[in-house]
Amino acid sequence: MKLDRKEYQTLYEKKSPPTPSAKTIPAAFLVGGLICVLGQVLRTVFENMGLDKEAAGSAVSISLVFLGVALTACRLFEKIAKFAGAGTLVPITGFANSIAAPAMEFKTEGFVLGTCVKMFSIAGPVLTFGISASVFYGVILWLMEVMG
Amino acid sequence: MMYLKAFLVGGVICALSQVLIDRTRLTPARILSAYVVLGVILTGVGLWGPLVEWAGCGATVPLLGFGYTMAEGVKKAVAESGLLGAFTGGLTATAGGIAAAVGFSLLAAFLFKPGDRS
Repeated sequence: MKLDRKEYQTLYEKKSPPTPSAKTIPAAFLVGGLICVLGQVLRTVFENMGLDKEAAGSAVSISLVFLGVALTACRLFEKIAKFAGAGTLVPITGFANSIAAPAMEFKTEGFVLGTCVKMFSIAGPVLTFGISASVFYGVILWLMEVMG
Repeated sequence: MMYLKAFLVGGVICALSQVLIDRTRLTPARILSAYVVLGVILTGVGLWGPLVEWAGCGATVPLLGFGYTMAEGVKKAVAESGLLGAFTGGLTATAGGIAAAVGFSLLAAFLFKPGDRS
């Protein structure tokens, strides 16, 4: 049987089990919400320690990144992510996991070409787009300032 | 009250992302990249700032907030040092999170063995 791409796609979609959205969406809501609450708790703690708004924000990011990497290292992250999907992916914990997981997994392919290269396989595009967007925005702001 | 708002907004953002994952075939790299850019845009047009005021970490902890932090950093840096700020502001504001992610991940790769994924 010969199939072109489109026919294969329809067959594939017919056969593959539908994602149980009734489960995945509430799970993402719950876990994602809880991670944000944890961030808010940390933020309150850091602000009470005397950090200003920006420093407290950085400290929250660093703490949540540490949590994401630690959970990845002890293989708990993948278990939570299986249940929570976007709930763990979209918060900054997911960014941390996207770097830590390939860093560990590709250790076998060498330190430089494995760990160091592969750790940016998801973070690379994220940083590229993010940095470019911020430079673009900055240039627009500067032009607006210069032209009054 | 702030905790409840953070929970609601953070939860809704993640739930919407789950809809995207379930209904489309966008990969995580694409979704996360789109979110950072979207965060910069929404901050630029003045929509994300008020949400951050209202929901705190509910709006800053999701990756959209990464874009928000970059945009705010650039704004401040351009006001302080002009065109130079356009290049330094974004990374300066997010340096903590990025450096932590790279540093801790490298440490994890040193300390832990790659496990088999059976």
